[in-house]
Amino acid sequence: MDFDYSEDQQLLQESVQRFVRENYSFEARRQLVATEQGYSDAHWRQFAELGWLGIPFPEEHGGLGMSGVETMVVMEAIGNGLVAEPYLSTVVMGGGAVTLAGSDEQKAEILPAVAEGRCKLAFAFAERQARYNLQDVEVRAEAANGGYRLSGMKSVVFGAPPADGFVVAARTAGGSRDADGITLFVVDREATGLSVRGYPTADGLRAGELTLDGTPGDALGEVDGGLPAVEEVVDRAIAAVSAEAVGLMGTLNDMTLEYLKTREQFGQPIGRFQVLQHRMVDMFIAHEEAKSMAMMAAMRVDEEDVDARKKAMSAAKVQIGKSARFVGQQSIQLHGGIGMTDEYAAGHYFKRLTMIDRSFGDNDYHLRRYAAL
Amino acid sequence: MRIDITDRDRAFREEVREFIRERLPQDVRGKVRDGSLLTREDVVDWMRAVSERGWMCPNWPEAAGGPGWTPSQKFIFEEESYLACAPGPVPFGPQMVGPVLLAFGTEEQKARHLPGILSSEVIWCQGYSEPNSGSDLASLGCRAVRDGDHYIVNGRKIWTTNADWADWCFALVRTDSSGKKQEGISVLLIDMSLPGVTVRPIQRFSRMSDFNEVIFEDVRVPVSERIYDEGKGWTCAKYLLGHERSGSAGVGLCRQRLDRLEEIDDGRAPDFSRRIADTGAALEDLRWSYLRMVAAKEADDEIGPEASLLKIRGTEIQQDVMELMMEAQGYFAHPFIERALAQGWNEPSVGPSEAAGATAFYFDWRKASIYGGSNEIQRNIIAKAVLGL
Repeated sequence: MDFDYSEDQQLLQESVQRFVRENYSFEARRQLVATEQGYSDAHWRQFAELGWLGIPFPEEHGGLGMSGVETMVVMEAIGNGLVAEPYLSTVVMGGGAVTLAGSDEQKAEILPAVAEGRCKLAFAFAERQARYNLQDVEVRAEAANGGYRLSGMKSVVFGAPPADGFVVAARTAGGSRDADGITLFVVDREATGLSVRGYPTADGLRAGELTLDGTPGDALGEVDGGLPAVEEVVDRAIAAVSAEAVGLMGTLNDMTLEYLKTREQFGQPIGRFQVLQHRMVDMFIAHEEAKSMAMMAAMRVDEEDVDARKKAMSAAKVQIGKSARFVGQQSIQLHGGIGMTDEYAAGHYFKRLTMIDRSFGDNDYHLRRYAAL
Repeated sequence: MRIDITDRDRAFREEVREFIRERLPQDVRGKVRDGSLLTREDVVDWMRAVSERGWMCPNWPEAAGGPGWTPSQKFIFEEESYLACAPGPVPFGPQMVGPVLLAFGTEEQKARHLPGILSSEVIWCQGYSEPNSGSDLASLGCRAVRDGDHYIVNGRKIWTTNADWADWCFALVRTDSSGKKQEGISVLLIDMSLPGVTVRPIQRFSRMSDFNEVIFEDVRVPVSERIYDEGKGWTCAKYLLGHERSGSAGVGLCRQRLDRLEEIDDGRAPDFSRRIADTGAALEDLRWSYLRMVAAKEADDEIGPEASLLKIRGTEIQQDVMELMMEAQGYFAHPFIERALAQGWNEPSVGPSEAAGATAFYFDWRKASIYGGSNEIQRNIIAKAVLGL
């Protein structure tokens, strides 16, 4: 058992942390998410140059062939700085789906373009009626002229507005909640019948609703047997946002501790009051617990035993949800009025933590999945 | 001891429903239901309709213009208002400044200010917190220096709710800093249109903005607008804070949101239905605690430190309800189209219509355990004043 980073992993961490330090002051982030696009093309190019956009892809397809641990390193720093670039949707999810399910030809076409920063992806798995149920898929794909045509709506697709292509889960057979009969498709942004309604999300990022109307799609992986890939991509996303949440909580706890030491009321720093000390200790514990689970998730996300992987990711997501909620809410409470303001960073970290809790299954969902496995 | 729902109460409930049905505009009702932002006009027009009916100030004695309701009638009115999605009033005039004026004001001050509160012609805010005086309110430093028949006021107030809508401000100022910090505080009623008053809205991270910073620069306030004795303002402030606390239990608000949640909940997630029920039971308790304590208050006209209990549990339950409402949206908790919460948005919503406001309200309601004396301060009050610790 070894919880230390290798030398390469340490170098990666230093490099991502340096990027965050140099580019992601809270003020710079605020200005960035207020722009129409919501992130920076220059940052994205830098990610490509530093190799971060190819971390989990095979080396023969322009990637670095690295594991979940390297993704954790990047995602934790993304959390530290509240980074707004669509890394999760493009690299972890869209790129992850192509890596897992794509043919050699598809990988060769798509992954180098992603790694070089020429192509952004988004993973369209959720639907309005489905809540967090991954097998509740109603978008239909009909075979036509040797290909497929997709029709229906996908909801809250993270990173949709800038995406050049989508990986879409659609139904090729069976009823709307059947496990079998789901197929993944690659859909080009410019494909006929596709429209994207983009919008900002509560945490300042971007997502969108996809309407498909006879839109051509290229099957990715096994026809009718796509659900395991959907689940694996979402599990990778869980491992990734677990690390992001750890980064967010780290910065938020630092900020709150600093406030307790410097804010004076009743003639002393408020950190002298025992009730606030104990609260801060519980926030520290919540962060440590989350760290353990994020590390576990990073190490086990590539595990071959599917049920063991799912159970591990559900356990991680439940703890991350609990920790994120407690640290987020209490950091605002301990800051008092200033914590409620838009111009102070704490609220923005709290918002991202809250939205992570609302992604890829909430606590009720993962407790059920954990119990069932 | 008995539950006393009289025919009179039932008839009164019908009367309230009828009044709201007749007078509350449909568009305003829809905005409250969906959690959209209200304009000053939405709120004040409704307040004026309630005033016309003579129902604006239920806690005032009948002789002063109150409707002479029993505690259960007051409760029924508040509950029905929320259930019908009527806007909550700007509370500072009717619920705070009014009672303080009735208790401490001169006849002349009452004659000058009470009619405007009763009719909702004049909207009030309260200038309490300052950048360096939050939980430690008594350390406030906004200075008022006597100059003949006037005080010259200089200083900054912060988190002043509705200051951007208000005509007048009930402000705590320091008239003497030589003694204990609780001494030397005075209460001034300040006309917000006086030269030297600046109001700057403060945007919250929820993107809502009824908090303000209020800056006083050489504002000349007539001495006749000082309530009670100079240097005795802390007595008024404490009296008022008691009223603020008991007013923030929010039973009706929670009931309205929980009703909506029960409507939305399709029972497909039993764990979630159970949590709605759990919060419903807690709310039922809050309701009875509120009724019990209001009844006790009627008996001796004292809001005791147990008002802190209502503030703590009320705000905690409000926050739980807001959180459930957000969770009920699933992925639709994410989309945040700011314009969708404002006036004149006609595009189709993303996801269910209440989703646009659910997340914003969850974020915004974190303020409830901070304002009006944080819940930590409320616990200190109970520890000290009730338990003698």
